Amino acid sequence: MSLLQISTEDKSVKPSISFSPEAKAKFEKILTLYPPGTQAPLLPVLHLAQEEFGYLSLEVQEYIAELMNLPVTTVHEVVSFYTLFKKEPTGKYWVQVCTNLSCTLRGCEKIVDYISRKLGIQVGETTPDKKFTLTTVECLCACEMAPMMQINEDYYGYLTEARVDEILDNLK
Amino acid sequence: MAELVLTKNFGVPDFHTIEGYIRCGGYEGLKKTLEEFTPDQVIEEVKKSNLRGLGGAGFSTGMKWSFVPKDSSKPKYLVINADEGEPGTFKDRYLLEKAPHMLIEGAVIAAYAVGIHTAYVYIRGEYVKPARILQNAIEEAYAHGFLGKNILGKGFDLDMIIHRGAGAYICGEETGLLESLEGKKGWPRLKPPFPAIVGLFKCPTVVNNVETLSQLPHIMKNGAAWFANICQGAPKCGGTRIFSVSGHVNRPGIYELPLTVTLREIIYDHAGGIPGGKKLKAVIPGGSSAPVLTADEIDVKMDFDSLMAAKTMGGSGGVIVMDEDTCMVKALYVLAKFYAHESCGQCTPCREGTGWIAKILYRLVHGDGRPGDPDTLKSVADNIAGNTICPFGDGAAWPVQSFVKKFRSEFEYHAKERKCDVLKT
Repeated sequence: MSLLQISTEDKSVKPSISFSPEAKAKFEKILTLYPPGTQAPLLPVLHLAQEEFGYLSLEVQEYIAELMNLPVTTVHEVVSFYTLFKKEPTGKYWVQVCTNLSCTLRGCEKIVDYISRKLGIQVGETTPDKKFTLTTVECLCACEMAPMMQINEDYYGYLTEARVDEILDNLK
Repeated sequence: MAELVLTKNFGVPDFHTIEGYIRCGGYEGLKKTLEEFTPDQVIEEVKKSNLRGLGGAGFSTGMKWSFVPKDSSKPKYLVINADEGEPGTFKDRYLLEKAPHMLIEGAVIAAYAVGIHTAYVYIRGEYVKPARILQNAIEEAYAHGFLGKNILGKGFDLDMIIHRGAGAYICGEETGLLESLEGKKGWPRLKPPFPAIVGLFKCPTVVNNVETLSQLPHIMKNGAAWFANICQGAPKCGGTRIFSVSGHVNRPGIYELPLTVTLREIIYDHAGGIPGGKKLKAVIPGGSSAPVLTADEIDVKMDFDSLMAAKTMGGSGGVIVMDEDTCMVKALYVLAKFYAHESCGQCTPCREGTGWIAKILYRLVHGDGRPGDPDTLKSVADNIAGNTICPFGDGAAWPVQSFVKKFRSEFEYHAKERKCDVLKT
C-alpha cells in the first residue's frame, strides 16, 4: 500500500507488521511519559519502530499512524524532517563521516575518499553484501577528535587511514 | 591556574556515578537550597551571580526564570536543552558523560526555584552514549531520593524524563525544540509569547542549557558573590564557561576558564598554539554562527559583552581556529552547506537564501565563480538577517557577511581568476 496513492484496499485489513510483545510493552511505557492526548510520544515511538523494524518504510509509518491514532501524513512529515529516521534500509553498519568545518580543517575529505575506496562504494551507497552504508553528516559535536565519524551508536575520532582500517576491519 | 568549577572532578574515574559524585561534595548545593532558601530567594541568588545562558544566547538565567507566572493554573515545565549541535561545540557532551549528576542537581534547583515538577531532557539523537549515562544517573538519583516524590524529605517533587531528538540542528533553538518535544517537525515559533508564558504543551516553560544548569549547584553551595567574582572586570558576567577548541591548534579539547580570558590566551596558552608554527589567519569565537575574527582581533575578552562590542558573539563557546593555509572561501562554503542543509524551510528568506549562498560558494570554490559573486553573497545574506522567525537566519547570514567583509580579496580572487590563491588550485 503506497502512501501517496489513493488506497482502494479494504481499511479493515491490518498492516502486515506489528510490534513484538517486548516492543509493545516499551511502547506502552513511552505513552506514560507524556501528557495523554498529545502527539509528544511520536519521536520516541519512531526510534523504537526503527530499532524494531530496521528502518521506517511507508508500511511502518502507516502502522505507527494507526497505533497512535494520527494521520499518516503527520507521521510522514515528522519522519521526513529528521535525518536519523531512515527512510530506506542501511547496511549493518551505517558509517557517517562528519564533513563540517573542524573536521574539514583536519582533513576529513581524505578520510571520506579513503573509506569510499576501501569499501568500493560512493557516498550514499551500501556495499553489495549489505554490511556497510557510507554517508557524510553534519557536525556531530566531537570536533576535538576531528576528523571523526559515527558508526551506528558509537563515535570514532582522530581518524587516519590506519585507524580507519583498524576500526572497519574489526566490525564483523 | 584559574579556579575550575564544572570540570574540577572530571579526572575522578567514578564521578559520573552517584557514589563518586557525593564523595566529591555533590548534592550539597541542593541540600543547602532546600534547607535555607525559599524559591524566590533562589531566583534572587542566581540573578546576583550574573549567570548567563551558556547555550548561546547569554541571557540572564535568573531573569529568564522570573518571567514565569507565579500563579499559573497550568502545570509548568523545565526543559533541559541537551541538543548540542552548534558546529565547533562539544562541551555539553563532556558534561553529560562526566558529570550527569551535576546536571540533575542543577535541574532540581531550577525546578524548585520556579515551582516545576516535570523536567524533560531533550538530548540530540546522535548522543546515544551520553543519553545512556544520563539515564543511569537519573535512576540512581531516584533511588537516592534526589528525584521523584518528597526530595530529601523536604516535600518537593520532580520527575525527569529523557527525550531523544532525531537529527535536526534547528531543534537546538528553544521553540523548535519545544515543537519537536511535542512530536512535530522542529519549526520554531513566533515570539512573543515566549516559552516562559506559553511553552511546552502551551504551559509556562523554562528552557535551560546543560552547562547553565550544571553551574547552579556551585552557585548555591558557594554563593552568588563567589560566582560573580570569578569574572573580575566584567561586571555583567559571572563564573566560568567551558570553551570547546578545535581546528588548527596543537591541543584541541575543552578548556574551562573565566569569561574574562582572552581569545589569544585560549589559542596560545591553553590549546598550545598553531601546529607546525604556522601563522593564525582567522578564528570563529562562539560556534559556527558567530562572525569570524581575524588574527589581529584576538586580544578580545571572551565574555558576552566584550565579544558583542567586537561585533561577534560568545555564542556556544565553540572556538574554531584556522591557520594561514586555510582557504576562507572553502571554509565558508563548508559552513554554508551546513546552513542550507539545516534550514527548516519555514521562512522564505532563509530556506531560499541559504541554498543560493551555498550554490554561489560552490561555484567559487570549484573554479566557476563570477565577478559579482562577493556582492551577491553579501546581498543575499543581508536579506536573510533579521527577516526570519528564529535566530537561525541570522546565524546563517553572519558568517557570510563577516567572511566576505574581512577576507574580501580572497573572494574577489576566486571570482575573477577562478582559482584559489591560498591552496594554489
